[in-house]
Amino acid sequence: MSKRVIIEPVTRVEGHGKVSILLDENNKVTQARFHIVEFRGFERFIQGRPYWEMPVVVQRLCGICPVSHHLAAAKAMDVIVGADKLTPTAEKMRRLMHYGQTLQSHALHFFHLCSPDLLFGFDADVQIRNVIGVALKHKDLAVQGVMLRKYGQEIIKATAGKKIHGTGAIPGGINKNLSTNERDVFLKDIKQMLVWARGALKVAKDYTVENLEMVKPFGSFDSNHLSLVRSDGAMDLYHGNLRAIDAEGNKIFDQVDYSKYLDYIAEEVKSWSYMKFPFIKSLGPEKGWYRVGPLARVNTCDFIDTPEAEEARKEFMAVTDNKPNNITMAYHWARMIEVLHSVEKINELLNDPDLQGNDLVVKGERRNEGIGLLEAPRGTLFHHYKVNDDDQVTMANLIVSTTNNNIPMNRAVQKVAADHISGAPEITEGLLNHIEVAIRAYDPCLSCATHAMGKMPLKVTLFDYQGNEIETKTKE
Amino acid sequence: MSNEINFVIDGVEVTGKPGQTILEACDEAGIYIPRLCRHPELTPRGSCRLCTVLVNGRPQAACTQPITEGMIVESETEELNENRRNIIDMLFVEGNHFCMFCERSGNCELQALGYRFGILAPKYDYFYPKREIDATHPDIFIDRNRCILCGRCVEASRTVDGKGVFEFVGRGPERKIAINAEQFLKDTNLKITDKAADVCPVGAIIKKRTAFTTPIGKRKYDKKPIGSDIEEKRKKD
Ligand code: SF4
Repeated sequence: MSKRVIIEPVTRVEGHGKVSILLDENNKVTQARFHIVEFRGFERFIQGRPYWEMPVVVQRLCGICPVSHHLAAAKAMDVIVGADKLTPTAEKMRRLMHYGQTLQSHALHFFHLCSPDLLFGFDADVQIRNVIGVALKHKDLAVQGVMLRKYGQEIIKATAGKKIHGTGAIPGGINKNLSTNERDVFLKDIKQMLVWARGALKVAKDYTVENLEMVKPFGSFDSNHLSLVRSDGAMDLYHGNLRAIDAEGNKIFDQVDYSKYLDYIAEEVKSWSYMKFPFIKSLGPEKGWYRVGPLARVNTCDFIDTPEAEEARKEFMAVTDNKPNNITMAYHWARMIEVLHSVEKINELLNDPDLQGNDLVVKGERRNEGIGLLEAPRGTLFHHYKVNDDDQVTMANLIVSTTNNNIPMNRAVQKVAADHISGAPEITEGLLNHIEVAIRAYDPCLSCATHAMGKMPLKVTLFDYQGNEIETKTKE
Repeated sequence: MSNEINFVIDGVEVTGKPGQTILEACDEAGIYIPRLCRHPELTPRGSCRLCTVLVNGRPQAACTQPITEGMIVESETEELNENRRNIIDMLFVEGNHFCMFCERSGNCELQALGYRFGILAPKYDYFYPKREIDATHPDIFIDRNRCILCGRCVEASRTVDGKGVFEFVGRGPERKIAINAEQFLKDTNLKITDKAADVCPVGAIIKKRTAFTTPIGKRKYDKKPIGSDIEEKRKKD
């Protein structure tokens, strides 16, 4: 008889997911999977809607990084309206919005969701291993987390009009510039943000380095990595070309124009999950899956174009002898490098007079297909639309960051489950939390990562060790 | 004949001119009576009933009722405001109004009234009706999901543009805005410069490619509630 243990919901992960672990009579793990249970039908819902609604409507996919959807859709709509090159003011305002978003999202994740695990240990009592515990015991850190996040949110408000679900980016540009008043408010606090970002980076780095032996194998595995990089190989969160590397750092493809993504990336649909499973076409679904997000980005880029984050990147890469870092828990360190990078970038932008320009929108020759990609906080985000001559969206395909990390998260769960739970006589809360910790490293946001291709029933199947079906549940 | 007419609304003495409606006289005097179908450049129809007031104790549409000497008008009463709230509430659930991604958000009169009356969530069940959209016109888009059947477009097209592009068809819940072509808006002679393309209080008739160009904070009702432009006149006097 097999026994099924379900942790539900995975607390402190945005959205709603479910993990099933299949045990045999000796409590040995035979299978572990991270399921997606939420259902969102956006790709169908937006059919027939006018294209200019897209940047505003698709951000409703997610309450955690709506700006990423807002901007990716706006980039796709730039293509639709023939805006091949935005005005400097529009491009920089959007970048400012994006770095503000990355800062607030990463800060939220690190301070509120994952720092309890790092500060108190995975096995610590849940009564203290939470954000309140952090606030009580590490008050400064908790306050800094809140303030960094707030700064990011205020940047979003100044660029998009609202802290959440704004309207700043429009097809071909932006609807406002940054007034000198707004700018000066941010400039006043930027030095403090730099100090706190350095501090957060140090916490993540020290934790990883001090616990290297423990974190190295924890939910770790070799994988390919994918991200956008700038044409000179620099990290660029807002725009670039696709680069994929293998676990050793060899390039699988490089500087691929992202409008050709379909020639390089395919998506597999599996009966047991609403989420699609993207993979690199040339390697096939078995070998072609890849990781995205902070870890992948630090691994794929040749350098970071802000001095402090570049120093941090070098230190990070030295840990794995300048080969790609495949340690799941290193996501946290990489994420904090990006926090520092974002603050440095915000500082750069605030000092750029282009933000006060008045030339906001460009248009060109109207097209019927638009693709927009960017590096969202959680990884590469793909937006692809077709628009008819009446300006209505006829097709939308979104590959969200968490979907890209679909297989890696399953791998991490399986690895942790096998390493930490197999053979244990009982399943303690601490052990179960190891699984959560591994998932949390990817910072998945699940509500936006589920796809609905027409009407697809939800089907959950359990397999035994040989792949035989034990039980199937179908939801129409 | 005197060219002054004096009346009282909610205890305030107002002097209007002969031929004015209650709504017009009150607007001039800086007293706001909520309204939705009324457009200052169009003939009032009195169809939405939001401006209903009590004239000497009898309910009347303030947008069509002429003022008379010595009349006693009540508008800001508990009961009338509750009726108004109900009308607004019903308009919200009758259509498919998704303010969060509607491009008229911030400039929409229905939404602004919702805010003015403190409606946070409708108390009635949503109808989720199936309504048609028409995107065929090169410059204008009709989204009937958001139509509140105010009739402004009908009136504007007929009397200002002299075209009669829009007309109501059907009754009750089936009532909808129709166009004077076999099928599509593109087959009508509607032009982007027409008054009819400019008067919709909600996001049902919209001009293409103009969405979201006004940043949040600068939209018509972002800072001040609907009606405050009228009320400000009184404060200044
Ligand atoms: S389309 Fe607009 S103007 Fe015409 S009836 Fe409907 S809400 Fe009124």
